[in-house]
Amino acid sequence: MSGVNKWFGELHVLQDIDLEIARGEVVVVIGPSGSGKSTLCRTINRLESIEKGEIAIDGELLPAEGKQLARLRSDVGMVFQSFNLFAHKTILQNVTLGPIKVRGKSKAEAEKQARTLLDRVGVIAQSDKYPAQLSGGQQQRVAIARALAMDPKVMLFDEPTSALDPEMISEVLDVMVGLARDGMTMIVVTHEMGFARKAANRVVFMDGGRIVETTEPETFFNNPQSDRAQNFLSKILNH
Amino acid sequence: MQFLADNFGLLWDAFLTTLSLSLLAGLLALVLGTLLAAARVSPIPPLRGLATFYVEVFRNTPLTVVFFFMIFGLPQIDFILGFFTGAVLSLGLYTAAFVGEAIRSGINAVSAGQAEASRAIGLTFGQSLREVVLPQAFRTVIPPLGNVFIAMVKNSSIAAGFATSELSSLLPRLVNADAGQLTAVLLGVVIAYMLITLPLAFGVHRLERRVAILR
Repeated sequence: MSGVNKWFGELHVLQDIDLEIARGEVVVVIGPSGSGKSTLCRTINRLESIEKGEIAIDGELLPAEGKQLARLRSDVGMVFQSFNLFAHKTILQNVTLGPIKVRGKSKAEAEKQARTLLDRVGVIAQSDKYPAQLSGGQQQRVAIARALAMDPKVMLFDEPTSALDPEMISEVLDVMVGLARDGMTMIVVTHEMGFARKAANRVVFMDGGRIVETTEPETFFNNPQSDRAQNFLSKILNH
Repeated sequence: MQFLADNFGLLWDAFLTTLSLSLLAGLLALVLGTLLAAARVSPIPPLRGLATFYVEVFRNTPLTVVFFFMIFGLPQIDFILGFFTGAVLSLGLYTAAFVGEAIRSGINAVSAGQAEASRAIGLTFGQSLREVVLPQAFRTVIPPLGNVFIAMVKNSSIAAGFATSELSSLLPRLVNADAGQLTAVLLGVVIAYMLITLPLAFGVHRLERRVAILR
């Protein structure tokens, strides 16, 4: 993405964002509330539109609306803070909907793939339940399986653990670390510094709608360059 | 009661007319109302405008005026509907505006995250509406839709003024025949309406319980 700008009315939420992410790279976006990190994540599959600049995925510019956008979104997996599993569908149906409707797979084929994925994220036993019958951690792992079912080129995580109990955070993070190890390209907006240390190739620190600092996790945590990052880290790492 | 029994044939025919008028108009209203609701939340501005215009026109026109237009207005431009067809269209088109608004309220009640998640896996707007949003919206609007349809059954009585021999048209007819039977005739007609609306209400209630989803 280059020269990306976005306004919410008067509020300039993204200011001249330039960011390039290589295939297989895991980028963690960190920053205080309101810094624009979630918005940044949501512009990448155009759940938020941008006013200026351009975003390209795999060399392809993000189309404005319509069928091309839908096709492009199918290549970008997204995991939300509030899970957003389809409430009226079973766990299995949640995972098979996209492959059947978007990829045109047969039901049997989609279900076979879905069971493999649900097994991988450890919720295969819940296949026939509805989302509300699952714990938050289980729901989020299903959401990851739902995104993976589309064979995405890149996965976006928008604060995937912020709505979870501490105990459930680790089960979700384990799945994410596994994905990172397998070479998935990931952009993760999170407050989980442990995940950033363990799995990130790069840390992007945002504040006030700007990217303040982009470095390796090691450098970022031990020797942050900007005052703003030093200040931010000193507050959160004290506890 | 002997009087009602003597006129059972009339009563039965009128009951069937009201029932078929309600069923056909209800079907039209449900289909058209769903399309109207979909159009009103669509990303295409002209479609939104058109649907809003439709809803405001039909919602703010008295049903009697709609009937009058269909049955006496359209023939002026050489478009002649039968009385029954005219009644079905009037009632169906009118009710569709209310059905559309009820369903739209249901769509708005489905959390924005559901539509975002469906767009994020690559569903088009139409697919996301069909597969994810509408099925959940319908569940929440079953009770208000029940109200709309019960009101519609009773509104079908306006067809009596436009040469359709439905239940209400029996009132003047039978009372003219024997004014002493007023109470019996009223009772007979009211019960006949209830034979449609009470099972409808019961069905709505059953449906509501069957499709209730956990959130």
